[in-house]
Amino acid sequence: MNHFKLFVPKDTTSCSLGADQIADSILEKAEQYDLNIELTRNGSRGLFWLEPLVEVEIGQKRMAFGSVATADVESLLTDLKTGEFAQHPLFLGETEEIPYLKKQQRITFSRAGITDPLSIDDYQNHDGFKGLEKALSVSSQEIVNEVKESGLRGRGGAAFPTGIKWQTVLDAPSDQKYIVCNADEGDSGTFADRMVMEADPYMLIEGMAIAGLAVGADQGYIYLRSEYPMAQQVLDEAINNAIKAGFLGENILNSGKTFHLEVRLGAGAYICGEETSLLESLEGKRGLVRAKPPLPALEGLFGQPTIVNNVLSLAAVPFILAEGGKAYGEYGINRSKGTLPFQLAGNIHQGGLIELPFGYTLRQLVEEFGQGTASGRPVKAIQVGGPLGAYLPESQWDLPLDYEAFSAEGAVLGHGGIVVFDDSVDMSEQARFSMEFCTEESCGKCTPCRIGSTRGVEVIDRIRSGENSEANIELLHDLCDTMEFGSLCAMGGMTPFPVRSAVSHFASDFTPATSQTGGQGND
Amino acid sequence: MTGMTEDSSIITTVIKSWHDRPGALLPILHGIQDKLGYIPSEAIDLIASALRQTKAEIHGVISFYHHFRTTPPGNHQVQVCRAEACQARGSRSLEAHIKKKLSVDYHQTTMDKEFSLDAVYCLGNCACGPNIRISNEIHGRVSNERFDELVDAMTTRPLELQ
Ligand SMILES: Cc1cc2nc3c(=O)[nH]c(=O)nc-3n(C[C@H](O)[C@H](O)[C@H](O)COP(=O)(O)O)c2cc1C
Ligand code: SF4
Ligand code: FES
Repeated sequence: MNHFKLFVPKDTTSCSLGADQIADSILEKAEQYDLNIELTRNGSRGLFWLEPLVEVEIGQKRMAFGSVATADVESLLTDLKTGEFAQHPLFLGETEEIPYLKKQQRITFSRAGITDPLSIDDYQNHDGFKGLEKALSVSSQEIVNEVKESGLRGRGGAAFPTGIKWQTVLDAPSDQKYIVCNADEGDSGTFADRMVMEADPYMLIEGMAIAGLAVGADQGYIYLRSEYPMAQQVLDEAINNAIKAGFLGENILNSGKTFHLEVRLGAGAYICGEETSLLESLEGKRGLVRAKPPLPALEGLFGQPTIVNNVLSLAAVPFILAEGGKAYGEYGINRSKGTLPFQLAGNIHQGGLIELPFGYTLRQLVEEFGQGTASGRPVKAIQVGGPLGAYLPESQWDLPLDYEAFSAEGAVLGHGGIVVFDDSVDMSEQARFSMEFCTEESCGKCTPCRIGSTRGVEVIDRIRSGENSEANIELLHDLCDTMEFGSLCAMGGMTPFPVRSAVSHFASDFTPATSQTGGQGND
Repeated sequence: MTGMTEDSSIITTVIKSWHDRPGALLPILHGIQDKLGYIPSEAIDLIASALRQTKAEIHGVISFYHHFRTTPPGNHQVQVCRAEACQARGSRSLEAHIKKKLSVDYHQTTMDKEFSLDAVYCLGNCACGPNIRISNEIHGRVSNERFDELVDAMTTRPLELQ
């Protein structure tokens, strides 16, 4: 009997490109071809330009085919049957040898695309729950010490040291504490949180359970954006499975310790990614940003001490516990320790997830990994760090990707999203969008953000139509200052970053002659 | 009307399953919208009294979030990603095409109630833009022609281009 083990990812990207139809077609045709096929719906490897990526296990190795269309299924199965699969036009060789993947150092994404996301056996066979077992054998303070030792800094954008946050919550006296996972991932150009949740949900669950043990919290919430229906499905199922298997709920692994976990959905508000707005939303209110202090670590959800951490921060924790904080901290440079999953998006030939230690450059990512734009035209601008991040011109593409190096240039790494634009982009239109986005998404609490962004759109419109350009550009700079220094949170405070970078690095797009047609960027 | 009572009982069931849990309002609103497609005004009274909040407070929450709607949607809910990574792949022209094809603007529903159109800011599929979501399915690399195919497959009587 011809027996084959096949893998077709079930994640948002692969399904958005037809993976479900391919999986159906494989099963349907298998009978016809008298093939005995064991099909696993794995997570994605994050090589998104190759999705849907179909893998076949041959011996101990996995061979890749991509990107596969339903029309290719027949020839693929025929070639498998005859053993001539290496001749297939979509054959990519051994998956692990694809340079894009081979050049990465995957810690957080070590299992992504390899395992069945919902199989606890798979998870355990790939080092899963070792961190939790370790955490159950040591004191709360020892857990926090490991996280401190790792040098892990929050991956949600602000890069605050995770160990210090945990220490604050551990030291706060209270009978009720909470662990909140920020899975709002609102930044355009980012999908690493989504990939964790869809490809390796138990890692996040394990990280949150460890956080609970570290600070004495018995309740956790994952605040998930409503734009991620597939992640919601996977998480709900994974949580149920983990409870049944004894890794969550009462008496975890017979330790007498309890940790309950629940997914709560956001409702399409970018500002609810800001941690205090998120907490308001979880409490059932409008997502108005709270003034700090008090810190959420001391007075967070329902007024109780609360850890709010990004998905990737929590997902790094199982490794840190299992292998030691020191092992994690050996990756990276300067004060940027560990790895960061960069997300290559926008107009890019080879978009996807690239987990690397800090210290590479944008140019390496975009040119070596990304192989330039999808359109084949020259790259003009790269926006790093989401809608509040600066647009970088070519002169800044050699900066090392590290938190401090970026902030010295008025730029941010944020959540690691990299959005590439080719030379057809009109940067005045992008600057206008930044302001418009702020008007749409401002929580409305403070004037510089709420009114400032509305004025910003108007001023940029005047500049774009050539009305008094110079005076209006000056006005725009003043407005940016007001927003930056007068806003309560980074929504209003950082919207000026993309706007100013567009004005100063791509000035010719703001002169009347070219602003409507998309002129060349200059520096 | 029988419809009203059916709706009321759905609303009451959703409220009952959540009202004594912390932070119940958003899950209740999601539960109702998932089942009815929107939050009818009668729901607001029922939620307000169950949670001991004012109607104005419930209204305030509903209007804060883009996701919640107080009018029935079309049979197919189309969301177009307007965020940067999709812009870099031509979402602005796709957006214009979709508005023209459906003859509606954002926050509107077609006359035949088949499609409602909304904007969304990122669907997490940013390496394969431009992206749209139709109900719970996300579609990547959507060209104008691809959008027309998707629409035609969903409509029994294809829409006329103006
Ligand atoms: C406007 C705004 C949006 C934000 N969106 C997110 C988000 O989507 N996900 C996230 O993890 N953090 C987001 N943050 C950062 C959070 O406020 C907070 O710093 C983070 O959740 C803390 O977790 P970390 O220390 O693990 O990074 C946002 C901040 C601001 C100001
Ligand atoms: S800066 Fe904007 S989003 Fe932040 S608190 Fe002020 S109004 Fe709200
Ligand atoms: S920007 Fe459109 S999916 Fe992320």
